[in-house]
Amino acid sequence: MKFDLKINKKNYSVDVEDGTPLLWVLRDELELVGTKFGCGIGECGACTVHIDGKAERSCQQMVELVEGKEITTIEGLSENGDHPVQEAWETIDVPQCGYCQSGQMMTASALLMKNPSPSNQEIRMAMNGNICRCASYNRIEKAVALAAEKIK
Amino acid sequence: MSNTFNRRNFLKLSLLAGGGMLIGIGCNESDEQTAKMPVSIEDLDFTSFNAYIEMATNGMVKIYSPNPEIGQGVKTAMPMIVAEELDIPWEKVHVAQAPLSNDFNRQVAGGSQSIRKSFPGLRNAGAAVKLMFLTAAAKKWGVEVESLKASQGVISSNDGKKINYEEVITEAAKLPIPENAPLKKVEDFTLIGKAINNVDIKPIITGKPLYGVDYKEKGMKYAAVARPPFGASLKSVDDTEAKAVKGVEQVIQFKNKVAVIATSTWAAFKGKSKLNIEWGNLQDDENTDLFDQQMNQLLRKNKLEEKVKSGNVAKARNEADQIIEKTYEAPFLPHSTMEPMNFFADVTDQKIRLVGPTQVPRSSANVVAKLLDRNVEDVTVEMTRMGGGFGRRLSTDFVEDAAMVSHLAKAPIKLMYTREDDMAIGQYRPKVKYKITASVKNGQLTSYELKEAIVNNRGMGKGIARFFPFGAVDHYSATSASVPADVTTLWWRAPITNFLGFATECFMDELAIILQKDPIDLRLELLEKAKGKKTPYNAERMQKTIQLVKEKSNWGKAEKGIYQGFSCYYSHNSYVAEVCDMEIIDGKPVAKRFYASVDCGIVINRSGAKNQIEGAILDGIGHAMYGNMELKDGIAQSQNYDKYKLIRMMDTLVIETYFVDSNEAPTGLGEPGMPPSGAAYANAYMKATGKRMLKQPFFG
Repeated sequence: MKFDLKINKKNYSVDVEDGTPLLWVLRDELELVGTKFGCGIGECGACTVHIDGKAERSCQQMVELVEGKEITTIEGLSENGDHPVQEAWETIDVPQCGYCQSGQMMTASALLMKNPSPSNQEIRMAMNGNICRCASYNRIEKAVALAAEKIK
Repeated sequence: MSNTFNRRNFLKLSLLAGGGMLIGIGCNESDEQTAKMPVSIEDLDFTSFNAYIEMATNGMVKIYSPNPEIGQGVKTAMPMIVAEELDIPWEKVHVAQAPLSNDFNRQVAGGSQSIRKSFPGLRNAGAAVKLMFLTAAAKKWGVEVESLKASQGVISSNDGKKINYEEVITEAAKLPIPENAPLKKVEDFTLIGKAINNVDIKPIITGKPLYGVDYKEKGMKYAAVARPPFGASLKSVDDTEAKAVKGVEQVIQFKNKVAVIATSTWAAFKGKSKLNIEWGNLQDDENTDLFDQQMNQLLRKNKLEEKVKSGNVAKARNEADQIIEKTYEAPFLPHSTMEPMNFFADVTDQKIRLVGPTQVPRSSANVVAKLLDRNVEDVTVEMTRMGGGFGRRLSTDFVEDAAMVSHLAKAPIKLMYTREDDMAIGQYRPKVKYKITASVKNGQLTSYELKEAIVNNRGMGKGIARFFPFGAVDHYSATSASVPADVTTLWWRAPITNFLGFATECFMDELAIILQKDPIDLRLELLEKAKGKKTPYNAERMQKTIQLVKEKSNWGKAEKGIYQGFSCYYSHNSYVAEVCDMEIIDGKPVAKRFYASVDCGIVINRSGAKNQIEGAILDGIGHAMYGNMELKDGIAQSQNYDKYKLIRMMDTLVIETYFVDSNEAPTGLGEPGMPPSGAAYANAYMKATGKRMLKQPFFG
């Protein structure tokens, strides 16, 4: 079936089966591979994208339900990789293996849209849904706080 | 629709990844004009000097990082060592991942050995090319090479002449590669020891294709494989429903497995879920409860396999004032790399191309050649960046499956694991128990016996033989026994020491209480006794490491309400000591802070090194608190993160890391931060609550 999607301010038309998760449309059909596959059940956060400005697990979003919505992936977070969250991630040198980090950054940037000056506790709670097996959590926490500073 | 994501593009993007998409070049005044012109690295014409180094006429240097990058940071640290000796500005370096090649030794990510074993070779590679530039400049100016100096890519003569490396590229590249080129003095290092950003930071934060799962070629199919529970076999499969899934092209049986080949990952996963499979021969003895009983029986026996023995333990026991005995228990653990197992294989009559995440490219090539009865010369392996390794990708099982499926399907395929495949048919950290028995006489530790019972011990070499307190106690023995089983086990971050460190250091804490000694003083005293003995660890370096954390953590002088636990361990050639601060908050013990001191010799990349220690501590306490894999009839009882808990942000704590100043040769850091972490936590927990943790996970 054909679906019309709006991703990173561009219009795409894809031909996939009903029920295909947005994650696999992004990765296999549109070659937007920054959104990562981690668990497939919405538990790890590696596949986090923005849908109408909210952080959502793209592995749990069926393609037919996101038609017409504003979808943003890591590739569209900024034009030149200079979103305050991306800059903060670079300044703090957050990643180890790096695999979960696009999901972490999408969660962090959604938090800052909603709450531009979060407390430490609010940062920790918002980021709790994203697993980092390398456990680069301390740097993630610092980077979110730094990004909030930059936004001010 | 973009159709440009092909193999060439992936390689191009991966290549660019190392130094950013576009690189502003020229840091010297003479290059000012070109400095403002960003140039794609692909458009540059590179001259090769040796396996590690290529240079372009504009002065950009490409440095190949030989070893697999799993998040341990070698793709940044190894080229730093080359760049230090080559003596060029880091801004001019573009790092590329080398493929599997005979030009390099030990292209393995394992045992925290990449830096330790490669350090001399990487230095020589850089120094040799620096000497080639110096020699070329000396010829050009008609002077002795000894009269010239080079620094940051610029050669200068006694009389003030200067020339950039790139201006003598052609001449230098024609020279023979010198052996025994002079190396820098450690005091003269300018790059090593600095905090340098991960070389892949840009592509990571912008979501560029980098990892095995991101790899794609035109015409490539996707494969998902159903595998039997441990010890079971394939009885029957009905693939009617699977084949009805749109996009599914083939269903192939091989060994006891069933592969679904499809046009997309989702179709392959969906097709696999629609297979009606009956597994036969389910093993009712592949049960964690049963393993527990079998291990307990082994620990009750006196005669286990001897690993090491010194003195006369039995005599010391007979003469003891007091015997202390404790048993520590740990479960199976899956590796849980965030990037599930996957691999690309293209098997044709002419050649076999393998691309993907492996910690062992050489053995991958070897096993695939053997599996398909082909010459290993026909096999090429390209390494992608990996979404974690932790030992899982030291096994080649998924590479073999990818090659076999490509061979049978007669198509280039990418094998993809679901998280359930990854967790349920894993290669676990072996379930293990340690029983430690010590004799005390006249307030001194006189004997120490370590007994190990382990499920499916697989090639762990000398295993538990000579770890601390070996060498510090006159009468010492370590023995081991393995329970044979079908469950597959493997090296898992800090093999052996990930739990032996816990058992030993918790026992030391108990001993200190019984001997009425400060836990740190007890370790320092025991290490004093180990001096001059033949031990894998250097007692003095361990003592210095302990002193550093003692000072930094305010040990023994902490504020009221802070309960401190101490632990230290030498593993994988590095020394780490840790103190955990715990507080009681709302009636519950909460770990708030860790202090870590580390002696890993010369620190190569301070940012990467700290990141490894911070991660290893959180990973260590996380698995100690929650990690648990149970088996029933060979079937994993946790198959995804809804039933398997990893540490998350809310459980994290502040970590302060301090490195011992050292000019010793560098050692690795992927693992050594982990072994002491669980015990530091447990020893603090004991102080805060009076409850002793003997079994992992602490909170089941």
